Amino acid sequence: MSLQEPRIGGVSRRKLLAGSLGVGGALALGGGLAGCGGGSGSGSKTITLGSSASDAVPKKATAAIMADFGKKNGYTVKINTVDHNTFQEQINNYLQGRPDDVMTWFAGYRMRFFAKKGLLGDISDVWSQVGGQFSDAMKKASTGEDGKQYFIPLDNYAWAIFYRKSVFQQHGYQIPKTWDQYVALSKQMQKDNLPVAFADQDGWPAFGTFDYLNMRINGYQFHIDLMGGKQAWDGPKVAKVFDTWKQILPYYQTGALGRTWQEAAQALLQKKAGMYLLGGFVAQQFTNKADLDDLDFFPFPEIDSTVGTDAVEAPIDGYMMAKRPKNEDGAKKLLTYLSSAAAEENYLKIDSSNIAVNKGASTASYNPLQKKQQELIAAAKSISQFLDRDADPTFASTVAIPSFQEFLKNPNNIASTLKKMEQQKKSIYSE
Amino acid sequence: MVSTTAEADGRKAVRSTARSKVRRWSRRDTIVVGFMLGIPTILNLAFVWLPALTSVGLSLTSWDGIGLDQIKWVGLKNYTEIFTIYPPFWPALEHNVLWLVFFVLIPTPIGLLLAVMLDRQIRGSRFYQGAIYLPVVLSLAIVGFIWQLIYSNDQGILNEFLKGVGLNPVNWLGDSHVNLWAVLVAASWRHVGYMMILYLAGLKGVDPSLKEAAAIDGANEWQTFVRVVFPSLRPVNIVVVVITVIESLRAFDLVYIINGGFNGLELLSALVTQNIIGEASRIGYGSAIAVIMMLISTVFIVIYVTRIMKEETQ
Amino acid sequence: MSAPTVAAPRRAGHRAGKTAGQPKKKPIRPARIALHAFLILVTVSFLFPLLLAFYTSFRTHGDTDLHGYFSLPEALTLDNYVNAFVNGNMPLYFGNTILITIPAIVLILGLSSMVAFGLARFRLPGRKVLLVVFVAGNLLPPQIMLTPLYRIYNLIPLPEWMSDSQVLYDSYWGVIAIHVAFQIGFCTFVLTNYMEVLPKELTESALVDGAGAWRQFTSIIMPLCRPPLAALATLEFTWIYNDFLWALVLMSSGDKRPITSALNNLKGEFFVDNNLLAAGSLIIALPTMIVYFALQKQFISGLTLGANKG
Repeated sequence: MSLQEPRIGGVSRRKLLAGSLGVGGALALGGGLAGCGGGSGSGSKTITLGSSASDAVPKKATAAIMADFGKKNGYTVKINTVDHNTFQEQINNYLQGRPDDVMTWFAGYRMRFFAKKGLLGDISDVWSQVGGQFSDAMKKASTGEDGKQYFIPLDNYAWAIFYRKSVFQQHGYQIPKTWDQYVALSKQMQKDNLPVAFADQDGWPAFGTFDYLNMRINGYQFHIDLMGGKQAWDGPKVAKVFDTWKQILPYYQTGALGRTWQEAAQALLQKKAGMYLLGGFVAQQFTNKADLDDLDFFPFPEIDSTVGTDAVEAPIDGYMMAKRPKNEDGAKKLLTYLSSAAAEENYLKIDSSNIAVNKGASTASYNPLQKKQQELIAAAKSISQFLDRDADPTFASTVAIPSFQEFLKNPNNIASTLKKMEQQKKSIYSE
Repeated sequence: MVSTTAEADGRKAVRSTARSKVRRWSRRDTIVVGFMLGIPTILNLAFVWLPALTSVGLSLTSWDGIGLDQIKWVGLKNYTEIFTIYPPFWPALEHNVLWLVFFVLIPTPIGLLLAVMLDRQIRGSRFYQGAIYLPVVLSLAIVGFIWQLIYSNDQGILNEFLKGVGLNPVNWLGDSHVNLWAVLVAASWRHVGYMMILYLAGLKGVDPSLKEAAAIDGANEWQTFVRVVFPSLRPVNIVVVVITVIESLRAFDLVYIINGGFNGLELLSALVTQNIIGEASRIGYGSAIAVIMMLISTVFIVIYVTRIMKEETQ
Repeated sequence: MSAPTVAAPRRAGHRAGKTAGQPKKKPIRPARIALHAFLILVTVSFLFPLLLAFYTSFRTHGDTDLHGYFSLPEALTLDNYVNAFVNGNMPLYFGNTILITIPAIVLILGLSSMVAFGLARFRLPGRKVLLVVFVAGNLLPPQIMLTPLYRIYNLIPLPEWMSDSQVLYDSYWGVIAIHVAFQIGFCTFVLTNYMEVLPKELTESALVDGAGAWRQFTSIIMPLCRPPLAALATLEFTWIYNDFLWALVLMSSGDKRPITSALNNLKGEFFVDNNLLAAGSLIIALPTMIVYFALQKQFISGLTLGANKG
């Protein structure tokens, strides 16, 4: 409801007025909303959007493109924003209840899971019109197990190791190409009183480190199979990942489990940390231009030369349609617009931490960081989505989070932690 | 029809007020009272008891929460798995017990002590009471927000103070050896006032003549308290225990706000929500943990309810 | 302690009896000073978190970041409040809170008075069982009801004018309904106790005059129940206002949530700025604090009412 559009503003004022009238307001509110609640007819000019873009910058960018679509097509898009953690936790109930016509979500396994359950609307007809604007990889990421499309990608971003150029210059650091060099660099930074930024209070940020280590040590295919429940967590391959991870734990900021990624990013910003493995959204914390220009990244180094570095973690964000939207015509029109280069350009004008996925989107407005991310992703042979998007969501949230946190606390108990992970994996993936 | 019976009944009632063994209520009254009792009862049964009992049934199934046809009967499998291969369960149970023990040992006696002090009609009593009660009206969610200003790792006042005096900062919310205690202190901040209110009310009900008698017998204040005052607070103590148990079991908002109930802040309530409102829910698992919570609270609910019923018969 | 404190007459003699025979001006004893010193210490430490939030909320983020908390402010500003209120869209959430809290309180008090009246004034068979059902239900952990409630809510249709979700789920009505169902238990218990000690003669005479049950309830019993109703209203307001769980689980629209459940929503906006967080927290805490200061007596007697039998 943060749209700057007068009509929407009017509704929210009306709601407020209704609210201030107390009990009587309930009736007024019902009446007030009935006019714009999206009738069941297809001729309605209102589309509802469930959005998890609750952080200030993405929220503003989302509002801007929805307003742009509305202006061009004569629709009103009513945005219902829920903070992303809650949105993700409740998606299951949300999709089964009365979801909005269109909602934000992620590509890959997490979309396929709900498509398979019959909770999403098939938008293959939209794809047949706009498909030419996307790469095959994008189409694959938007396709369900039944070969139909359920997802429109908007943008993606790369996970990489971010650092401040000025810090590297000041200390004469070199970009590490191999794991040994990376460990040596971490050691050197510790000597210079610059820890490696790391935060895992919310449980998911540590996934990024695991994903990269696993892909660099055991290769992309093993990683995807492990996520799909087809490989063992308590085997020697995964154990090796954690052993490798152990080597760099001493160089992390202490107290990672009590720090949010935003706080860790602040440490990087304030030059209190040397480098930080995170997604491109780290740039959101670099609000002033001089700092942003000083921000750079390098890809996750090579660990095994036979495996190489051609796998990149680049989660795709985008939109899906409800199974039975109140306004199907409008929803499909909106999704068509969202797949266009113009929509992506408008979005990235405001939220400049991501990369467009439409082949025709102009990169003229990209800052160097975005350009570099785009090159990294374009050169990648295989793209992973992130642990909690590639694996069963129940497993990710109720098993992987506490297990990884346990590892960070007691790195030496990892064998028993992995054994329990495997037992629970069997229980979850068999259900 | 109805009105004539009512009238007749009314007349009968008037005639027979002298005799007590006569029906005094008309059929209309019976219907009215039936509705007065019926509607709220149905509401309570439909929204509280029916869901609670349904959960017991669901705890014996495996279900991802999508489509009723997906429900599979698994018997006690969820329970055996929770007890054996679900790592957060035992820590969560331990934390709930710790929560309870801590609440009984720390905020409750402090609340009692403050109540005894403030019961003496000293000057400024109202001001003291007002300040100590204040946290009671705050939601636990807000308590969580406000205490983040104190505990936050890189920006909290506590670590700033520690660094200022040359000590190492502590990871108050992220270190799983510390964070539960930190949360307990924040929760106690609210609980002390609650306990104090209850004890103050209890102390008002202590018969002053008993205290005077004890004083005449030459008992000092401490002896008077132990021999006379505390025993007569027994009813309040029972209520305090029940409230504390229920509060300890229900504790949720605070840890949910801080880190969702992971990493040292595992609580049964948080495990239930993690499993039930997660992205692809394990309804059976979550329900089983909820049933375990219900069983624990049932013990105390029974104690409480039997006490109430005893009084009813007195 | 056999009657609720609200009904209990203040023991005026209590204090008088204590001070009688003592001189008016007591000498100041060291014990007194120690007691006051201790109480002041406790009071200050209890107010500290709120005072800290208060102080932080008037400073800029850059100022606190640079100089820390233990410093004099460069400048005091209301910006954090304006930001939290406007960017956090707080008027909307406060409106939602009103829409949920007020009807819920009215319904809770109305329905529980009726049950209490039925239980207290009639020797009905099975009345004890009913009371147990209500009281025990109120003590159950809410988590036990989550999943089935959510399913039931999605099966109960509502007309479009009542909720744009067209079911009980994700509607104000649904959240109101669970608050009502859950809290009836506590209020019924308190009001039953209260009504039981009202003298029988009150309604006996009305009966002779031919007043029916409803008339007795509305014109005799309810006016007498003003004190506990006021206390319960205050208490329930605080509880429902402070509820975090129900609206979180039973609503999927962020813009329908009451202010307490919207906190998590606002967290996204308050990314790492503690000053904004402090201001937002205080704004949200304000209504309950106002109610508390205005109706302290009702609030406290409400809390003690339920605990006061025996």
